[in-house]
Amino acid sequence: MRMTQGCFSFLPDLTDEQIAAQVQYCLDKGWAVNIEFTDDPHPRNTYWEMWGLPMFDLRDAAGIMKELADCRRVYGDRYVRISGFDSSHGWESVRISFIVNRPREEPGFRLDRQESVGRNIRYSTHAYAATRPEGERYADQ
Amino acid sequence: MNVQQSMTVRGKDRYKSGVMEYKRMGYWEPNYEPKDTDVIALFRVTPQDGVDPTEACAAVAGESSTATWTVVWTDRLTAAEKYRAKCYRVDPVPNSPGSYFAYIAYDLDLFEPGSIANLTASIIGNVFGFKPLKALRLEDMRFPVAYVKTFQGPATGIVVERERLDKFGRPLLGATIKPKLGLSGRNYGRVVYEALKGGLDFTKDDENINSQPFMHWRERFLYCMEAVNRAQAATGEIKGTYLNVTAATMEDMYERAEFARELGSNIVMIDLVIGYTAIQSMAKWARRNDMILHLHRAGHSTYTRQRSHGVSFRVIAKWMRLAGVDHIHAGTVVGKLEGDPNTTRGYYDICREDFNPLHLEHGVFFDQHWASLNKLMPVASGGIHAGQMHQLLDLLGEDVVLQFGGGTIGHPRGIQAGATANRVALEAMILARNEGRDYVHEGPEILAKAAQTCTPLREALDVWKDVTFNYESTDAPDFVPTPSMAV
Repeated sequence: MRMTQGCFSFLPDLTDEQIAAQVQYCLDKGWAVNIEFTDDPHPRNTYWEMWGLPMFDLRDAAGIMKELADCRRVYGDRYVRISGFDSSHGWESVRISFIVNRPREEPGFRLDRQESVGRNIRYSTHAYAATRPEGERYADQ
Repeated sequence: MNVQQSMTVRGKDRYKSGVMEYKRMGYWEPNYEPKDTDVIALFRVTPQDGVDPTEACAAVAGESSTATWTVVWTDRLTAAEKYRAKCYRVDPVPNSPGSYFAYIAYDLDLFEPGSIANLTASIIGNVFGFKPLKALRLEDMRFPVAYVKTFQGPATGIVVERERLDKFGRPLLGATIKPKLGLSGRNYGRVVYEALKGGLDFTKDDENINSQPFMHWRERFLYCMEAVNRAQAATGEIKGTYLNVTAATMEDMYERAEFARELGSNIVMIDLVIGYTAIQSMAKWARRNDMILHLHRAGHSTYTRQRSHGVSFRVIAKWMRLAGVDHIHAGTVVGKLEGDPNTTRGYYDICREDFNPLHLEHGVFFDQHWASLNKLMPVASGGIHAGQMHQLLDLLGEDVVLQFGGGTIGHPRGIQAGATANRVALEAMILARNEGRDYVHEGPEILAKAAQTCTPLREALDVWKDVTFNYESTDAPDFVPTPSMAV
C-alpha cells in the first residue's frame, strides 16, 4: 500500500528538483522549513523525530536539500517529511507538509475491531511495521 | 461633511402624548458619530410610495430598538437617548431608484452578551414586517471587539482542525453521499468507504438525512464509522464523515452527537434550520467534546438570495462565526448554486480573516476586527468537478473544503476512481502553483499532464469537461469598480 499522508502523496514521488521548488516556495513565504523522519506511520503519530531544529534562518533551498540528503543517508529506510512552519500571528502552525522519502515496502495497517456494548465497535489501527522495535522496522529492505 | 440637521424634538415636547414621526423622536441623528463600541447595521430600505426615505430609515432604527408607534411617557424612566438606535446616514442605493442604504448605530447595552438570538430578535425582529416599507434587507453588520469577545467563536477553528487532521497546504476534499435519500445504512457506508479510500478527506450527510424509515440514524452512524476506520487503515491518513445530528429537539441532538463521539467520529454536522440558539448550544458541545462542527446552511436562500428583501449571507456568515461553527457552506462561484465571485469573496474573507477592511466591491461595508476569534472553514459544494480545479483554487484559496458529490460518485469507473481523480487534480494544481506556474491559465494543461499518469482523472476530465453553470447572479455587489484617474 501507499501511505497517503502529506500534500503530494497521490502524485508520483517528487524528484529532488520538484522538492527544491516546494522548499523555495516555503522560503519565499518566510516559513521555517523542518525535516522530520519516522518509522511509525500511524496517522496519529504527530511527533516525528526532528532532523535538527527547524531551519528558521536558512534562506536557501540548496542548503535544505543538503540537509535532506544527509537525513536520507542515515534514515533512508524510513519516512521523511518536509514541512513549512508559519510563525505569524493567527496561524503559528504548519502551512504545508509533504513526504519526501518512503521505505521501499510499505506493509500498511491492520484494523482491529473489538465488539462492545450494543453494536458498538472499538477500532484501532496498527502499522504492521510497528510490531518491531523502533529502528528495526524496515530493516530487511 | 454632513450638512443635514437633526430634527429631534427635545425637552418636554418630545414626550407629549400622541404620534410623532420617528425622525423627530431621535432615531435620525445625521451628526451622530458611531462609537467604537456601537453595533452598526446597514439596511437596504425600500419605502412604500410616498413615504419620506429619511422617515422610513428612522423608523427602521426605531422599530429595531426602543420605539413603538406612539410616544410613551415611560421612556422618561430610562436613559432613553442612549438606548435609541440612531440612523446616522442615508445614501441612495446606486442604480436602484427608490432604495436607500440606512446606517444605524446601536448602543452595546442593547444586547445580551454572547447571544445571537438576542441580537437577531432586535435587528431582524419586528422591523421586517413594518407596513411603511415595501422591502427591507439587512446588508451588513459591524460588531465591536467588546461584543465579539463575548462569543466563543468556532469550536475548533481552521488551524486546529488542520492540526487534528494532519492535513496542511491544500484544500480539504469532501463529497456528499448521493442519492441523499433512500440508501440503507449498509449501502450508505459503502459509499463513504469508497470515497474516503479513493482519496477524499471527508464525506458528508446531506441536510435532510436525519432518521427516516429507510435508515435510522444509529444504523448510519455505525456503518459510517466502520467505513471511516477501514479507509483510515487502508490509507494511513485521518478520515472523517460529517454525521448529521439535526433532530427535532435538543435532547435528540445531544443524544446523536454523544453517540457520534462514542464511536470516535471527529466531526458532527447540523443544519442552519435548527435555529441560532441550538447552533450555539451545539458549538459549546463541540468545544467540550473536541469535535469539529459542520454547518449546512439549509434554508438560507429563502431570505438571502433576493437583493431587495431579507438578510445578506454575509451577515449570516458573521453570526455563524460568532455562534461558533467550524465549517459553513459559502458558495462555489463556478458550481450550480447562486454565487457572484466578488460577493462570494466577501463571504470567504469574513470566515477566514482576522480583520476585514471595508471593501464595497466585495459587499463588505465595514471594517471588522475579529479579535483572534477562531477562523471558520468555508465549504464549496454543489456542481463542481475536477476539471475546474485551477479556477476553484484561484477563486476560493487554500483554506476551504471542496466538495465534489456528483463529481466523485458519478465517475464512470466508480466512487474510488472519482475520489482519486479529484485528489490527483488537487495535488497537481497545488504543486504547480507552489512552483510559481501561472496555474489559472495553464490549469487545463496541468490537469491533462497529471491525467497522463492517472486514468481516473483522464476519465473525469472527459466526462465533465464542458459542464458549467453560467447564469446571472441575483446577488451581486451594488458597487462596481470605476477606473481611477491615471497619475
